[in-house]
Amino acid sequence: MGRTRIEGAFAEARRENRAVLVAYLMAGDPDLETSYAALCALRDNGADIIELGAPFTDPMADGAAIQKAGLRALANGTKLTDVIALAARFRKDDQTTPLILMGYANPVHSMGYETFADAAATAGIDGSIIVDLPPEEDAPLRELYTRHGLSVIRLATPTTDEHRAAKVSEGASGFIYFVAVTGVTGAGSADPAAIAGQVAMVKRVSGLPVCVGFGVKSGAQAAEMAKIADGVVVGSAFVEKAGDAHATGRFKAAAPAMGALARELRVAIDSVRKA
Amino acid sequence: MDLRNTWDRWPDANGRFGEFGGRYVAETLMPLVLELEAEYRKARQDPAFAAEMQDLWTHYVGRPSPLYFAERLTEHFGGAKIYFKRDELNHTGAHKINNCLGQVLLARRMGKKRIIAETGAGQHGVATATICARFGLECVVFMGETDVERQKPNVFRMRLLGAKIVPVSSGTGTLKDAMNEALRDWVTNVETTFYCIGTAAGPHPYPEIVRDFQSVIGREARAQILEREGRLPDAVMACIGGGSNAIGLFHPFIDDEGVRLIGVEAAGYGIETGMHAAALNGGRPGILHGNRTYLLQTEDGQIIDAHSISAGLDYPGIGPEHAFLRDMGRAEYLSCTDDEALEAFQLCTRLEGIIPALEPAHAIARVGEVAKDLGKNGLMILNLCGRGDKDVFSVAKALGVDV
Ligand SMILES: Cc1ncc(COP(=O)(O)O)c(C=O)c1O
Repeated sequence: MGRTRIEGAFAEARRENRAVLVAYLMAGDPDLETSYAALCALRDNGADIIELGAPFTDPMADGAAIQKAGLRALANGTKLTDVIALAARFRKDDQTTPLILMGYANPVHSMGYETFADAAATAGIDGSIIVDLPPEEDAPLRELYTRHGLSVIRLATPTTDEHRAAKVSEGASGFIYFVAVTGVTGAGSADPAAIAGQVAMVKRVSGLPVCVGFGVKSGAQAAEMAKIADGVVVGSAFVEKAGDAHATGRFKAAAPAMGALARELRVAIDSVRKA
Repeated sequence: MDLRNTWDRWPDANGRFGEFGGRYVAETLMPLVLELEAEYRKARQDPAFAAEMQDLWTHYVGRPSPLYFAERLTEHFGGAKIYFKRDELNHTGAHKINNCLGQVLLARRMGKKRIIAETGAGQHGVATATICARFGLECVVFMGETDVERQKPNVFRMRLLGAKIVPVSSGTGTLKDAMNEALRDWVTNVETTFYCIGTAAGPHPYPEIVRDFQSVIGREARAQILEREGRLPDAVMACIGGGSNAIGLFHPFIDDEGVRLIGVEAAGYGIETGMHAAALNGGRPGILHGNRTYLLQTEDGQIIDAHSISAGLDYPGIGPEHAFLRDMGRAEYLSCTDDEALEAFQLCTRLEGIIPALEPAHAIARVGEVAKDLGKNGLMILNLCGRGDKDVFSVAKALGVDV
């Protein structure tokens, strides 16, 4: 098999001596049309990788912003099949930007792991982060992913010691998502100095690029994280733009606002030159 | 097949009961549930741990609870002899304290000073707040907004006991939302905090831990009925929310092949209406709150809010061991509507002079049919797992009485 789109994104960033920007949005919030426009705006303004959130009624690792975004998406009827269809629509005109589905196990389990892996691969999705499928529980999905060329992206956290990092790395591919704080999405921000050693450890143990997320909202914070990691993930800050659009009823404002934030983050991250 | 060997295998090393259970948690929590399992295994080997628990069970909780022959209810139905296992006489009024005591003692061994819990009816919250007061530990209880409203007496009791109540408004503000919020707190405060789960659900090892602590109910009942009647019962019955009082009663009887294990789920307005809490009778397998089990969910795998007049049964899932027992055909699961439970609540109160909680009223509503089915020579035990003081206001409201 050739290089995956995710590997391609990291290779390009390395060539340009910069970190990657990973942007998260909730599919279907405030509606699917807006999400499509947002995907394009994020890509056009410098997001290297996009995480497409799949809504779930009981997102136990998410803070208020993403909880509400998920409920808005569910309220307008967004289903997992719609999220996959949104990815397929984006993929028609974009063969390079990696799309990662991020969500919880039950909707995927409900669709059936095999059906899901098949549909995701066909749609041009590159991998997934299923928050409540730790390595102990994702074996059935992992096998199917290998067959379909999808990446299993795992999480590491401040509670991950070296022994656990080895477990997290087993069968992982694409990159490791390092959750910077113990807590839910959108909560407090991490001190890069406090996690730098652990990020380096996870990178060494896994042999994969490491992206840091949770609590990163501004360009300044993103630049700090870019110094210690291969990539920076920003989620709640983008989701809040969709929330604003929903609140004002001006859905068309969402994509430009998300694009502007991506641009700000991109410039800040690029100010950090990586060896 | 030697059932004894078979049943003792569960949960397996991966925390599974057949296809159910497991540890479906965010990575942040994985080291914590693994540590909890290791600490629990150590505690279980330690005679000092067992001795401390036994002492408090006896002198603080008031165990053993009596096994009582419900003579008038038996006469009323005209079938098998019905015994009540009277766990409503425990300190704090329900079975919940059996488990809280065990978990808080475990937390103390692990050096945790802050205890969090979710609660529906408020019984688990009250029990947790009680044990925390006893040991001088900080206690934070997550409770859905809807439940804060319908279980006011328990909310006040928890505050008196020094607990902090966090009303949860996300979702529909009931038990599942309280559990989400407790998990979010745990993910945030991993160093200091012990999550005391109130039912036989959640990620491994919780279903096993809660079962083991609640099994005191079945162990006592088994010895008591042998002493009173000289034989094992034909059936044991309990209501099911997450399934802790039921698994506590069932477990010591699992190897007794002749004993029927009967759980009663809450059918709310009726299973056909979709407004119920009967995960086994009206759901299908899925993944929520750390385990794979039967769940109320849409075609698309979104969780459907449960409905029951009883806040303690208002949960869209069920402990994984029950899912397993049902699929293996070892236990049977019936259901009971809000109206039937209200009727049984009044029947038990009038005939036995015992005001049951709305939760066991669900089991009482089905006991007549089983008693008749077993016949006059039959013998059965029903777990009267909670008293109804907490419910008198909501029952009055349901009956249209102004108090
Ligand atoms: C008295 C009583 N019985 C039963 C339950 C249901 O829980 P479980 O099925 O875990 O026993 C509750 C829960 O709050 C309760 O308070």
